[in-house]
Amino acid sequence: MFLSLAVFVQIIVAVLLIIGLMVANAVAMVYMERKVAGFIQRRPGPYEVGPRGTLQAVCDSMKLLAKQIYRPGNADLILYYLAPILAFFPVLLLFLPIPFGPYLTPLPVNDGVVLILAFAGLGVLSNLLAGWGSSNKYSLLGAARAVAQTVAYEIPMILALLAVVLLSGSMDLKSITEQQGQWPWEWNVVLQPLAFFIYLISLVAETNRAPFDLPEAESELTAGFHTEYSGMGFALFFLSEYANMLLVSFVAAVFFLGGYRGPIADGFWWLFIKAYLLMFFMVWIRWTFPRVRFDQLLNLNWRWLLPLGLLNLWLTAIVTKLLV
Amino acid sequence: MTSGPLNMVNPFAVLESPGTLAGDFYARSFEKKAGPNRVILNLGPQHPSTHGVLRVLVELDGEYVVRAEPVLGYLHRMHEKMGEVKTPWQYIPNMGRVDYLHPLAWNWAFVGAAEKLAGLTVPERAEYLRVIGCELNRIGSHLLWWGAFVMDLGGFTPILYAFEEREKINDILQIITGSRLTMANFRFGGVITDADDRFIGLIQEFIPYLRKRLVMYKGLVTDNVILRRRLEGIGPMDVDLCQRYGATGPILRAAGLPRDLRKDCPYGVYPKFNFPIPSGPVNDSFGRYLVRLKEIETSLDIVEQAVNSLPNGPIMMDKAPKVSFKLPAGETYFAVEGARGQIGVHLVSDGGKNPYRVKLRAPGFSNLSLFAEAAKGSLLADAIAILGSLDLVIPEIDR
Repeated sequence: MFLSLAVFVQIIVAVLLIIGLMVANAVAMVYMERKVAGFIQRRPGPYEVGPRGTLQAVCDSMKLLAKQIYRPGNADLILYYLAPILAFFPVLLLFLPIPFGPYLTPLPVNDGVVLILAFAGLGVLSNLLAGWGSSNKYSLLGAARAVAQTVAYEIPMILALLAVVLLSGSMDLKSITEQQGQWPWEWNVVLQPLAFFIYLISLVAETNRAPFDLPEAESELTAGFHTEYSGMGFALFFLSEYANMLLVSFVAAVFFLGGYRGPIADGFWWLFIKAYLLMFFMVWIRWTFPRVRFDQLLNLNWRWLLPLGLLNLWLTAIVTKLLV
Repeated sequence: MTSGPLNMVNPFAVLESPGTLAGDFYARSFEKKAGPNRVILNLGPQHPSTHGVLRVLVELDGEYVVRAEPVLGYLHRMHEKMGEVKTPWQYIPNMGRVDYLHPLAWNWAFVGAAEKLAGLTVPERAEYLRVIGCELNRIGSHLLWWGAFVMDLGGFTPILYAFEEREKINDILQIITGSRLTMANFRFGGVITDADDRFIGLIQEFIPYLRKRLVMYKGLVTDNVILRRRLEGIGPMDVDLCQRYGATGPILRAAGLPRDLRKDCPYGVYPKFNFPIPSGPVNDSFGRYLVRLKEIETSLDIVEQAVNSLPNGPIMMDKAPKVSFKLPAGETYFAVEGARGQIGVHLVSDGGKNPYRVKLRAPGFSNLSLFAEAAKGSLLADAIAILGSLDLVIPEIDR
C-alpha cells in the first residue's frame, strides 16, 4: 500500500502539532504541579517569574536546554544517548489515533486500541536502556523496578480497556467515543465502574507517578533510572513523563468519560477538560501520599487488580453476549 | 573510560584490575566479604535519605539487604578535642553544634556537669526556664524528625507542615536564646536571659495550637494505610538487642522499657512535673514513630505545667562564675534526656584553665549501631525506613 501524499502531509502536520502540544502540556503541567503542590503544602509556589510565576516553567526549560550534559565516564555511549530519545518518540506516535473532536483525529485508524497498547509498551524500553546505559547501580535498580512495574500494570490496564472494547464492539477510538452520550450518565464509567477504577490505578503506576514512583524513588534510589542524566537528556525524560500522563488521561477520557462528547457542544475542549481533571487528580495524590513499597505494589497488581480485571472482563463478555 | 591525550597511563594500574580499584578502603574491604552475585551499594555520604553525611555500605541480593555497614567520620569536627583546648565558658557554644536539633539538652548536659563538679546551685526560675527551653526544643526536634521521616517514605508534604510548627517554636526560643538553630543561653549557675510576657504569651498560644495540629496529623499521616503498611513490623528490635547496643531514648522506650532520665535520675526541676513516659508495645518502625509523637504531647504537658508555675526570682546564682571560671580538679558525669536518648558529658579536670578531658556520650552513635542488625534481610526501601526511624543527627554521631 502506498501512502498517498495527502495522508503523508496530514501525518507530518499532526506530528508537528503533537510536539507542540507535548511541550505546551509540559509547561502547563509544571506550572500546575508546582502551584497545586504549593497549595497543598501551604506555600505560594512559583510567583517571581512572570505574572503569578507563569513563566517559571519556561525559564526552567531554558535552563535545562542550556545545561551541560555530563555523562559518567564508563557509560555505554549509544544506549545512554538513545534512551531519552526513545522515551520521547513512542509517546509522539501514541497521540495519533486519539479523536480530539468529531472531525479531528490526527490519523484515523480502525484499531487504535492496539496501536496505543503496542507503542505504550515501548516506553519502558527507554527506562531499561537508560538504567543499563548509565552504568550506575541506582539507575540499574530503578530500571529493574521500572520494567517489572510497567509490564505488570500493563495487564490490568489492557483488561480494563478490553472490557470497554467488548461493550462498544469496536476498537476504533472514534466509534467508542460516539457510542457514549453527551451527558455524564451516558458515559462508559457508569457501565464499567470497576474497569475505570482499575484503569485509574494502573494509570498512576504506568506513568511512574507517586505513590507508585518506585523507578525514580528519590529517597531510596536518588533519582532511579535518570540519576545520571542532566540537561536535555533529563528534559526529554521529563517531557515524556508529562506527555505520558496526558496520553493516559486522554485514553481514560475517551474510554470511560465520553471523550470529546459533553454537555452543550461536543468538541476538543471537553476532552482537554476531562484529561486535565484526571491529571489534577494525579498531582493531588502525588503530594498527599507516601510511596508504597515495591512488593506491595506488585501484590496489589497480581492479587487484586488482575483477578478483578479478569472477573470484570468475563462478566462484561457474558452480559454483552446475553443482551445483544 | 575515555582517555584524552593528557591522560597518562597509570603505572600502578597493573597491580590491580580496574574493577577492584573502584571504591575506597571501606568499600573494598566490605566487598571482600560479599557473597557471589551480590551488588555492593554505597548509600551516601551524599544521599537524600541519610540526612547529612552518613554513609552506609549495603550488600544487596536483588533488593534485599544482606549486610549493612555504616561508615562514619564525614562530619567529624573534633568537639571532644575542642573541649580540651577551650575554657569551659568558651566551650558552651560548641554544644549547640553537636546536635543542632536539640541544642539546649546538650547545653544542659555540659553546664550541668560543670555545675556538679564545681558544686554550683542554680536558682529555681532558671531551672524552670531550662526545662521550658529544653522541652520546646525537644518538640521541635521530634517535629522535624517526623517530617523528614515521612519524606524518606516518599511523602513530601508533611515536612513543610512540620517546619511551620518548628518555625513557631524557633520564634519562641529566639526570645530567650537569641538564635534559631545552635542555641546557647545556659551558663554555669543559671541562664543569661529572662522570660518576658511575650515569651510566656507565645507559649500559651502555641500549646493549644499544636495539640489541635497533632490531631490533624494523626488523621492525615499516622492513620494513612500506605504509611502503616510501610512501617508496621519493619525493623523490629527487642529490649535485649536495644540494651546490648546501648540504645536509649524513644527507641528503647518503644521496646517497652520506660527508661527516661527525667524520671529515673531526675535533674533540674523535673520531679515537680507530672508527666507519663510513653513506652510503646512493639519496637518496629511504627512503634518508634508513635512513641515520638506521644513524646511531643508529653513535652507539651511539661511546658504547660512549667509555664503555669513559673516562679519569680533571679535567673543567675549569686556570685556566678565569670568568664575566667576554672573547674576544680575532679571528675564527674552528668546525663540528661535528649530527644534521641541519653546525652552524657564526662568531665575530667585537673584544675587548670581548660578541662583535662571532655567525653561526650551521644545517643545517636549507639542507636545507629542497631541499624546493621535491624536492616539485615529487609528490602532496600525498608532499610531506608529503619534508618529514618532511628532519628539520627550526624554531627552528634561523629562529634
